Amino acid sequence: MAPPDRSRRDVGLMLSAIAAFGRFWYRFIVGDDWSIALAVLVGLALTYALHRRASTAWWLMPAIVVVVLGVSLYRARLSKGGSSRQ
Amino acid sequence: MSSAALAVAVTTFLASAVEAIEMVAIVAGVGVTRGWRASIAGAAGGLVVLAVLVAVFGLALTAIPIGILRLVVGALLLIVGLNWLRKGIRRLAAQGLSGSRLGDSAETEEDEVPRDGRDWTGFVLAFKGVLLEGLEVAFIVVTFGSTSNQLGVAVIAAIAALVLVAAFGLAIQPLVRRIPRSALQLAVGLLLTTFGTFWAVEGVGVDWPGSDAAILGLLGLYVVVAAGYLTVERAGWHPRTVPGATSG
Repeated sequence: MAPPDRSRRDVGLMLSAIAAFGRFWYRFIVGDDWSIALAVLVGLALTYALHRRASTAWWLMPAIVVVVLGVSLYRARLSKGGSSRQ
Repeated sequence: MSSAALAVAVTTFLASAVEAIEMVAIVAGVGVTRGWRASIAGAAGGLVVLAVLVAVFGLALTAIPIGILRLVVGALLLIVGLNWLRKGIRRLAAQGLSGSRLGDSAETEEDEVPRDGRDWTGFVLAFKGVLLEGLEVAFIVVTFGSTSNQLGVAVIAAIAALVLVAAFGLAIQPLVRRIPRSALQLAVGLLLTTFGTFWAVEGVGVDWPGSDAAILGLLGLYVVVAAGYLTVERAGWHPRTVPGATSG
């Protein structure tokens, strides 16, 4: 049987590995701007809904991509204060 | 070779070549922006999983719900691609074509390749691209090969297409490496966003007008939009506000 200190250390290592795994997937999927991930999910749900109503739906996602990219760039410029309109 | 076998060979070769171009575009794009080690490891991992799936399922491969796979992989590629596209536009706006060094960025460097060389982002991107495209090649082989009773011919034609397209990708790799990193990030962001949109929308059951040709239409649209946003961003950046930036 492992001493209590060692088993506590093992549990700690396992928890930090799980946390690192979760952090990787969050950063991989969501990235710097959570609004992009949200817009993609909502856009796909709307595309599916439109398709189910027998409407032409292929145009919706590209339109959402164009809008969300512009909004994300605008948000990035505001949050970083990178704009230099002086 | 009979005319039936020739028809199967040509059809399978061309259809597989289209999928292989998409596969190589993703692997090469990830390789030049994130590093070849992670990209090749991801591609190799994807090929191993693909080989296991083909060996285990064989002709039953067509039972795998490709729609769900396209939806999941497409949505992930779209999210990652949009993030890269945004960063590529901001970096190119801030640094111009000269910006390729780490630390020159207008953004934080969270997305940079880890110094220990274990780049899971690059690995997963290449892995998913190879697995999805490889599965599509496998479906093409199974569909064309088994329905015409020419499975062997279809397998050889598909392998020939994969090898030729991969060799072409390797041949042009030195040229691609000379492109500045900020421009590459934008270009790969465009590719991932294009394929991501295409697959995700197909995954929810929607057919694109023109089928695979819609990929070119999407790419054209996103190139024009990115150029427009780049112009707007460049108007908003001043070289002195970006540490290390040499030109705007």
